[in-house]
Amino acid sequence: MRKWGVVGALLSFLALGQAVKDFPAFGDPQQPASVHVVPRYVEKTIEETKVPNTITSILADYRGYDTNYETVVIFTAGLSVMMILGGALRWRKNGKT
Amino acid sequence: MEEKWEDLIIETVSRILIPFIQIYALYVLAHGHSSPGGGFQGGCIFAASLILLFLLYGSKGLETNFPPRFLFILSAFGVGGLFAGVGAFCIVFGKNFLDYAALSTILPHGPIKARYYGMAMVETGVQFTVMCVMVLIFLKLLQEERIGV
Repeated sequence: MRKWGVVGALLSFLALGQAVKDFPAFGDPQQPASVHVVPRYVEKTIEETKVPNTITSILADYRGYDTNYETVVIFTAGLSVMMILGGALRWRKNGKT
Repeated sequence: MEEKWEDLIIETVSRILIPFIQIYALYVLAHGHSSPGGGFQGGCIFAASLILLFLLYGSKGLETNFPPRFLFILSAFGVGGLFAGVGAFCIVFGKNFLDYAALSTILPHGPIKARYYGMAMVETGVQFTVMCVMVLIFLKLLQEERIGV
């Protein structure tokens, strides 16, 4: 079992090594991530939102839905902890487990 | 971790440090518009200051001041009341969900400056949620330790 794990890790490593060759060069202004919507964000943030920090305007305004449900994920983590640990506490007090 | 930590140096240093940590958390929140920062980071720093209080004075006495139910309700208020509330407010005034330009109807600013303040409100909601959930997880894990698994 362990041998197959090592073989799988090596194969994944080789596949990743193949994929790294196709990455854009570091800091390339023509890479796909930098030509789609990023120029609009960088150029229009000040005139559209008056916020000097582009990251804040993307996080809270252009991608507001994303941040909203990111916060819901954190809230769900707290809810799960309340349900699991709070419930365990009550069962043990009643002596059911 | 439940009893008070009897050490004069740790107690004094923490009592001096905790207000500054909390002020710094609020600064990270309020200054997130022009420097790295925002609700997630500020909430984590604020939660760290409260956890330092718990470690210092023991969790038993402070659970009466910050009961888990209160923390849970406050975290729900952050995400549901402030964040989604601002979004729903924008729907009421005829814009899309979370389109903060609708806030200019109640703020004495134009629609562009209203986006600035809408983002500030939303980040405040995120800060409430993150702070309360961090402290809540810490408290609940302490309770589990007390029961003895």
